[in-house]
Amino acid sequence: MEKQTRTLDEVTIRFAGDSGDGMQLTGGQFTNTSAAMGNDLSTLPDYPAEIRAPKDTTYGVSGFQIHFGATEINTPGDHCDVLVAMNAASLKVNLRSLIDGGIIIVNTDGFGDKNLKLAGYTQSPLADGSLSKYQVFQVDITKLTNLALADMNLSPKIVDKTKNFFALGMMYWIFNRTLDNTLQWISEKFEKKPEMIEANTRVMKAGWNYAETTDVFAVRYEVKPAPLTPGKYRNISGNQAAALGLVAAAEKANLDLFLGTYPITPASDILHELSNYKNFGVRTFQAEDEIAGITSAIGASFGGALAATTTSGPGVALKTEAMGLAVMVELPLVIVNVQRGGPSTGLPTKTEQADLLQAVYGRNGEAPIPVIAASTPSDCFNACFEASRIALKYMTPVMVLTDGYLGNGSEPWLVPSVKDLPEIAPKFRKEPEGYLPYKRDERTLSREWAIPGTPGLEHRIGGLEKQDGSGNINYEPENHDKMVKLRAAKVDRIADDIPAAAVEGDASGDLLVVGWGGTYGTLKTAVERKRKEGKKVSHLHLKHLHPLPKNVGDILKKFKHVLVPEINLGQLSKILRERYLVPTVGLNKVQGLPFRSVEIEQKIEEILGGKQ
Amino acid sequence: MSTLINDVITHDTVAAVKYTTKDFSSDQDVRWCPGCGDYSILAQVQRVMPELNIPKEKIVFVSGIGCSSRFPYYMSTYGFHGIHGRATAIATGLKIARPDLSVWVATGDGDGLSIGGNHMIHTLRRNVDLNILLFNNQIYGLTKGQYSPTSEFGKVTKSTPYGSVDMPFNPASLALGSAGTFVARSMDRDPKHMQTIIKRAAEHKGTSFVEVYQNCNVFNDGAFFQFTEKETKSDSVVFLEHGKPLVFGKENDKGIKLDGFSPVVVSLKDGSHSANDLLVHNEKDSTLAFILANMTYNLELPRPFGIFLAIDRPRYEDEISKQVDSAVSKRGRGSLEKLLNSGDTWVIQ
Ligand code: SF4
Repeated sequence: MEKQTRTLDEVTIRFAGDSGDGMQLTGGQFTNTSAAMGNDLSTLPDYPAEIRAPKDTTYGVSGFQIHFGATEINTPGDHCDVLVAMNAASLKVNLRSLIDGGIIIVNTDGFGDKNLKLAGYTQSPLADGSLSKYQVFQVDITKLTNLALADMNLSPKIVDKTKNFFALGMMYWIFNRTLDNTLQWISEKFEKKPEMIEANTRVMKAGWNYAETTDVFAVRYEVKPAPLTPGKYRNISGNQAAALGLVAAAEKANLDLFLGTYPITPASDILHELSNYKNFGVRTFQAEDEIAGITSAIGASFGGALAATTTSGPGVALKTEAMGLAVMVELPLVIVNVQRGGPSTGLPTKTEQADLLQAVYGRNGEAPIPVIAASTPSDCFNACFEASRIALKYMTPVMVLTDGYLGNGSEPWLVPSVKDLPEIAPKFRKEPEGYLPYKRDERTLSREWAIPGTPGLEHRIGGLEKQDGSGNINYEPENHDKMVKLRAAKVDRIADDIPAAAVEGDASGDLLVVGWGGTYGTLKTAVERKRKEGKKVSHLHLKHLHPLPKNVGDILKKFKHVLVPEINLGQLSKILRERYLVPTVGLNKVQGLPFRSVEIEQKIEEILGGKQ
Repeated sequence: MSTLINDVITHDTVAAVKYTTKDFSSDQDVRWCPGCGDYSILAQVQRVMPELNIPKEKIVFVSGIGCSSRFPYYMSTYGFHGIHGRATAIATGLKIARPDLSVWVATGDGDGLSIGGNHMIHTLRRNVDLNILLFNNQIYGLTKGQYSPTSEFGKVTKSTPYGSVDMPFNPASLALGSAGTFVARSMDRDPKHMQTIIKRAAEHKGTSFVEVYQNCNVFNDGAFFQFTEKETKSDSVVFLEHGKPLVFGKENDKGIKLDGFSPVVVSLKDGSHSANDLLVHNEKDSTLAFILANMTYNLELPRPFGIFLAIDRPRYEDEISKQVDSAVSKRGRGSLEKLLNSGDTWVIQ
């Protein structure tokens, strides 16, 4: 049969199956291959919360979405165009993500009576006409995999583990991808298990050949490379980027990195990553609890390390008192919060932006802490690097906000060159003459870092109020007032040391969409689409949330309306209203999921009075 | 350690100058209540410090919250007054980052065993090389007199007008149960004994846990008088000395022998037993340490003071340093450029 090839600008594919079906691996391979072929892309894994959920149930469904294209890609995609469903439960869970007319490829073996029952179907969706608005391709992947390996004498368990490569092979054919990258990966991964190399290779090729030779698929698609900035790229997740940002800052600053932390979803990968970098002098300490995580980091910082602690919302709650201590002793510290759904244990594996007020205000007493938010997975690198720079220069704890969506999501990253990274040049006090623990630099208001081991600088610090200058315990009313104001002024002054906020689009207009954190790609996509339609809408995405860049107030005043979409009940809105007395309109959805661009677009329409 | 640190710190482990006790007192007025047992602990620590011959700038005292935790302010070394219960965690981070320092923790029964109990047990099992001085006064002093995790059952305090129904911890048993490698007990009113123990604690490589019975003359006066005052001390206290039989009593006329696994008191006067029958202390024997620590709340037995256990085990910060060093020697000091460019990379022309 003559097969057609159609060219597409962008496609979103969702691989879904039972947790044991290897969908993350399949998605990861498809991603690496697409990246190597020059597409821009963005991905998002969707793990079940349970580690080993019962097989074939809806709780056990694991998904991986990749949005790739020949154009700039900013989000993992609102909806998918193609859904690969390895069993009935994964179809059930993911069908609502699929566009009308979208493609479904199912493994029919995953739609037996038992699978249907466990998924909660009373009749098979493959037979009852409920999928009529989609293009459904039914393939018995399990049987075809078995056939491909029939002469190899492998255990049924191993055979079952390779069937995702059949799906991958088919997808590679449909989207005109090369097999080379994955073949190379298989041979490296299973270097010591030749039979696994053979099995996986055979099955993937069988999938490809099946799509190529049978009549099932009549059309294949071409997605051309995107016009990306030339240079060297790697695919990076937010948590990996955060880890690298910390290592890079320590290297630039000529310090050793110390991480004191406690495992928590979705932040643990930063610990995993950093525990590998021992040859950079990185010391990771998996503490007995969140509090020991941060207090050990404060101890390390007292000793002269670049110290960090990583966690998620509930962990931040536990670290709160210690954050106040870090404010009081004025030692550098980076606190990374990979936000998840709250309150309490909440939705550990889902994303949310509801810890902003906690970050800015959530401590006893007046305890100001600079707050920086990452806006894309690779931007977690910049956020952690910048947080380290500020922490060291201003002798202060700094909070970095990322989220589960950024931490687990990944995108191609144009690898920066070390020499282009900003300088970080901390200094230790050495001279005993005239040393006062709380004497401040006139410009930055930061105190000096004098570390144990330095002769003549022996001094005592702690959480009790300090006398200005000497740092001795002091309870006098005027002194306390002065110190409270000095600590606040020090953090406020950081506004002189951060880039001005930059509007994407025109500097004035009818509507400014203001966002922060992981909604960046979605807001950008929505605003760009509306601008193409001629709407006078611009986008401002804030990275520095405390202190805010100095020009934010002026920017806001140049627009008739300000829309603040957030995955919370309006936390940035509150801050903007309080600081600048501007009316803001919120778009607030707290479902544990990222926004979809269309939701933002609809809201823009609504504010601007519908279609013009 | 980073080059930046290496540039400012002293690298000698032995002090170039000879210190005196006075060299270790800070310029701050000591503000404990007059008569408080804390004064004695401070004095003994300051007395032992010169003997350790460690450069003063290499010594750090870390504390939490409570009367005991004011300690660092009165030492002229580096000091860190932390938050309630977290001294051991702060000290752990400091010691991991800076294994070259001599790190001390001053804590109390509330700070170290109640709010900070979790950090305490984990520090002990990890065997971080810290010297922990736990001032046990069996009461909350700074918050003005509530019962603590070491207060005796039935203790009447401000928060327990009908008597406490909490079973107290025996700190030594807790430390042994947490796999502590150096566990000892001393008392504020026996300066010589305390000095010996502090010195041994300082010399021990690994976590040293020293419980000091400390009189809070304001809220729990006399809690330990039975063990500290002349009239009762010799009949109520048995001092543990490595390699020596357990003898006590006014005229050294009593001893402890083992009956099965249970220690019992025997008379050395009535001819029934001689020193040869007695239990001989061995501070390397962890089973014996448990038995001895367990004597603590047994009213039939004298209370043991001294070193229950002193054994060697790998130290936490040392193991971390070894992993770092071996990674550097195997892979070479990391190159940031290479690290950033690692993983699957591709080039867009
Ligand atoms: S309250 Fe008790 S422990 Fe505290 S300083 Fe006074 S006497 Fe000492």
